[in-house]
Amino acid sequence: MPASTRKLLDPDIIGRAALDAVRKLNPVHLLKNPVIFVTEVGALLTTVGLLMRSKSEPAGFVLQISVWLWFTVLFANFAEAMAEGRGKAQASELRKTRTCLTANLLRSDGSVESVSAERLRKGDLVIVSAREVIPADGEIVEGAATVDESAITGESAPVIREAGGDRSAVTGGTRVLSDRIKVRVTSDPGQSFLDRMISLVEGARRQKTPNEIALTILLSALTIIFLVVIISLKPFGRYSGVDLTMTVLVALLVCLIPTTIGGLLNAIGIAGIDRMVQKNVLAMSGRAVEAAGDVDVLLLDKTGTITLGDRQATDFFPAPGVTIEEMASAAQLASLADETPEGRSIVVLAKKHGLRGRSISDMPGAAFIAFSAQTRMSGVDLGGHRIRKGAPDAIRAFIGNDYSVEVHDAVSQIAFKGGTPLLVADEKRVLGTIELKDIVKGGLKDRFERFRAMGIKTVMITGDNPLTAAAIARESGVDDFIAEAKPEDKLMLIRKEQAAGHLVAMTGDGTNDAPALAQADVGMAMNTGTQAAREAGNMVDLDSNPTKLIEVVEIGKQLLITRGALTTFSIANDVAKYFAIVPAMLVGVFPVIAPLNIMGLRSPASAILSAVIFNALIIIALIPLALRGVRFRPLGAAALLRRNLLIYGLGGLVAPFPGIKLVDIILNALHLV
Amino acid sequence: MAMMDLYGWIQLALFVGLLFLVTKPVGLYLVRVLEPDGKTWLDRPVRPVERLLYRVLGVDPKGEQDWKQYTQSLISFSLAGLLFTYAVLRLQHILPLNPQKLGPVRPDLAFNTAASFTTNTNWQNYAGETTLSYFSQMVGLVFHNFVSAAAGIAAAAALVRGIARHSAKTIGNFWVDLVRVNLYLLLPFSLVFSLFLTSQGIVQNFKPYVRTTPVESTTAAAPDKAGNSQIIAQGPASSQVAIKMLGTNGGGFFNANAAHPYENPTPLSNFIQMLSIFLIPSGLTYYLGRKVRNQKHGWAVWSAMAILFLAAALVCWRAESAGNPRLQALGVDPGGGNMEGKEVRFGVSGSSLFATVTTAASCGAVNSMHDSFTPLGGLVPLVNIQLGEVVFGGVGSGLYGMLIFVILAVFLTGLMVGRTPEYLGKKIESYDVKVSVLAVLILIFSILGFSAWATVSRWGLAGLNNSGPHGLSEILYAFSSGTGNNGSAFAGLNGNTPSYNITLALAMLFGRFIMMVPVLALAGNLARKKLIPPSEASFPASGPTFIIILIGTVLIVGALTFLPALTLGPVVEHLLMTGSGVLY
Repeated sequence: MPASTRKLLDPDIIGRAALDAVRKLNPVHLLKNPVIFVTEVGALLTTVGLLMRSKSEPAGFVLQISVWLWFTVLFANFAEAMAEGRGKAQASELRKTRTCLTANLLRSDGSVESVSAERLRKGDLVIVSAREVIPADGEIVEGAATVDESAITGESAPVIREAGGDRSAVTGGTRVLSDRIKVRVTSDPGQSFLDRMISLVEGARRQKTPNEIALTILLSALTIIFLVVIISLKPFGRYSGVDLTMTVLVALLVCLIPTTIGGLLNAIGIAGIDRMVQKNVLAMSGRAVEAAGDVDVLLLDKTGTITLGDRQATDFFPAPGVTIEEMASAAQLASLADETPEGRSIVVLAKKHGLRGRSISDMPGAAFIAFSAQTRMSGVDLGGHRIRKGAPDAIRAFIGNDYSVEVHDAVSQIAFKGGTPLLVADEKRVLGTIELKDIVKGGLKDRFERFRAMGIKTVMITGDNPLTAAAIARESGVDDFIAEAKPEDKLMLIRKEQAAGHLVAMTGDGTNDAPALAQADVGMAMNTGTQAAREAGNMVDLDSNPTKLIEVVEIGKQLLITRGALTTFSIANDVAKYFAIVPAMLVGVFPVIAPLNIMGLRSPASAILSAVIFNALIIIALIPLALRGVRFRPLGAAALLRRNLLIYGLGGLVAPFPGIKLVDIILNALHLV
Repeated sequence: MAMMDLYGWIQLALFVGLLFLVTKPVGLYLVRVLEPDGKTWLDRPVRPVERLLYRVLGVDPKGEQDWKQYTQSLISFSLAGLLFTYAVLRLQHILPLNPQKLGPVRPDLAFNTAASFTTNTNWQNYAGETTLSYFSQMVGLVFHNFVSAAAGIAAAAALVRGIARHSAKTIGNFWVDLVRVNLYLLLPFSLVFSLFLTSQGIVQNFKPYVRTTPVESTTAAAPDKAGNSQIIAQGPASSQVAIKMLGTNGGGFFNANAAHPYENPTPLSNFIQMLSIFLIPSGLTYYLGRKVRNQKHGWAVWSAMAILFLAAALVCWRAESAGNPRLQALGVDPGGGNMEGKEVRFGVSGSSLFATVTTAASCGAVNSMHDSFTPLGGLVPLVNIQLGEVVFGGVGSGLYGMLIFVILAVFLTGLMVGRTPEYLGKKIESYDVKVSVLAVLILIFSILGFSAWATVSRWGLAGLNNSGPHGLSEILYAFSSGTGNNGSAFAGLNGNTPSYNITLALAMLFGRFIMMVPVLALAGNLARKKLIPPSEASFPASGPTFIIILIGTVLIVGALTFLPALTLGPVVEHLLMTGSGVLY
């Protein structure tokens, strides 16, 4: 699903959205969007007025107003349809993977029957062999297999799934590449992960988020206020001897009610979920995306999120009288048989000290001793020398007595800095100390710095001892850390932060993370995690990259900023529209009012029409911004507010003046009024 | 064309400067008054009275109320007051202190007057001297001048508590607020203030009216039934004038209100009266800052008010100084500015500043005839009222009105910081938005609805003394003033007809009590919320950006709504005057 490569304005989607826009004219559908509903009623009124037209207004004017009012509704519908269309395109790609699947259902008597995947129910057991597609979401109860999950993650490298432990969940629609597994189905048809994902990106199941509801209330109230303004204007006009026609009143009403944000509100929300999907993160609800913007505490696992996950050799400290080359050579030899990432990193580090790469097959005379968790050593017996590398106490046992004070110092220094010391020994002689360190992922420090500026606190969770934890915390730049943490501690920490009024985001993959994932305001489960973890969280990262939590927060903020920016813009627009329409509607009776026409619009008809057209076109013009989102900048609230207020507040105040003037010029050039 | 003179500039600068200086001390005093056990220097004499009142009312001063109980207490108390005053007015002929032997007040006028004083409006469709006995004035009306002001302050304090508290159910105790505001704030302040006013020459007596022969017999305007003599009204004016200003009530003792020499004798009394209107509203902003532990926020709200006030004052003053170009062209009005309907002892600057102050606050006392202002000069008081009187505003009502705009401003722009909008650590959610817009809606509905009705009905047009745009302004002004609980009038409108009496009374009641319900609901809901600790990501509720946002919201949501109607009224009138020389 290479969604990120899709163009913002895909011609296919535009075509379909245009059709949908017409379909959405159904007033029942529009009732959910009061601002656009009122616009449609207005369009209907002017259209009816056109049919039974009075002599007082030129038909061409009423016709054009009506047409543009209908366009206003259509443009708003189109914006929503565009956002939905992009979701649908993604959904249909997903759906391809699940056409006519068959499943090998394991009966209670042990026999296997081939049934349609549609018939599987929760609790059924199925057998999936190599090259077969897993028919439903489930949990491996027996066996292990490599699985190609590219259908949902877009990641081509296969992943290993096995019974027991934290990697037992499989997703319907993914393909087993090797081996054979027994899977217990965990979802009924239509309820599976993929189903939910499809309906979510399609926007079918989308419910308004709390913030959208509040905004809709405000927009409805503004609409009611302007209705009162317009309705009361009729008697005021009558008193003043101005006969205000239905067309003019409706035109003013539609220009004043916040059609811009009313038309784009849904599109912004859908596009927010869509942007998550493009990052390969599935949010289970729009509410989760919004919550991501509000999060102010990030709980980050050390391993995998802040560090690369494995400790790596970073330095050699030779013992007195030993050259670094000699030590590096011995360290490399002793590590050749150590297949752990730590062992491999020692080999790599040794190469940096001028040693050529060696491999076990090069040395037929050598007897290699592989690393084991019991001995905590690896090594080689070569030409009568027993060369070993391992943990300090293991080496001490190996050499039979204590090592020198200098080596002692090196060992304790490394431990103090938060690293892990290993020793290299040749028979009874300790050659030196290897420093293993957790490697902090690149760029995190800057990122955390930005978070701090945005008022977000980062907390690292690790099982390491406080010394090591402090060192990593210092290096990575997190604000706080919890050392020697047990999985239950996460839940407690989240509760504590929430009680203090914070909103907490975390990632997790294990079953024992599930309670914390459920408690967190944003719980992002790894797709490689257990079913329990994926059920508990309100987001799933298909790439299983915990660092992505950071991007999730940014997308959440971007969604809220976009919504706020367009609201402010929409309301600020009203000032100019007043100045276009109010003088135009009164100048016939009160010619002295002409100076209020500060835009110098050519005629009353042209002024009113220009405002209506501008009001419609601005929706279209802002669709790309609504879909793409306002560019996010990691700034503090005050700076963000200042900046966005300048662009969207002041911009919204000023932009319509030249905009309406331009439409006016064009209208007159084309002799449309 | 007259200039905006140096005297006026000095007066304006002194006014704003002094207002700034008194804000903090008054605010600190309010903090003490609005705590049930707050200590003040009046404790020794007043505490026993306070305790006695609680015992009489059956109030437990320690027991707090949730927002529903608070609202219930406030409204039932006010309703009882409304009925009481109605009864006093209807029965004044058999009640004492009626040396002029005035008859009972007509039912519609009595309803209007009772509603007017209960709602802190003091719209006066009656003329004090010729309609009301001393008893009616002192007991029926002055009583409300105290308690309605206290009710407004109580509601504001309840809202501030709602903002300041978190995870709380209650927002204070209405009865305690009512008693304490009266005993520790309004009564002592009024006493001191009326002593000062008396020193300036305001009368305070119970004498019958004086019949005298004026020095220049041709200037007499008062009712004159015996040849060359004139009746000069008397009465306990000073005590009522003090509270009418401090409590932003505005109801004059005499019909001419603060233009009357017995109510506002000197430029100094004029200046101090203006300052006293803003005294408590301004102090309340400091109270807000102190209670929410964010003094910068309090000052930001103050600054937004001050900026809106200065803008209004300058526009009004400028328009009045410019005067009427048509008259100037005829050589009738050389250089004095527009002095029609103004007292010579206040001049253009003292009158235009007073007009701005009295309408920015929901006071409604007048020292000049707003009806005689130039169209743009008259536009300023009208717009001030239509904004919801949030520029310092009425005692209490100004602050809670402004805080409604604060909530709307925060919600409209708060999303732009990338979080759910949040005001001082409280999330602004749909309920808060709902009640806030409801408050704004009520205002707009009442003003535009009643005005629109009046402009197309016989009863509405019958009251007009002027035609054309000026007539529209008069109607708009009346219902704006009523709904906004201001009480001042474009006096060209004769509102003392049954229809106007009743519609205006309803407008006043809507603007006060229907408006208060959402405000107190907001208080209750905010108090309930959890507090989000402040951080770099919190919406900044202070500083220039916030002030600009707040002013912008007040202008766009509050003022633009009335733009079409105002265009047909004062704006057209102004353009007709300058453009075609037509006067209304």
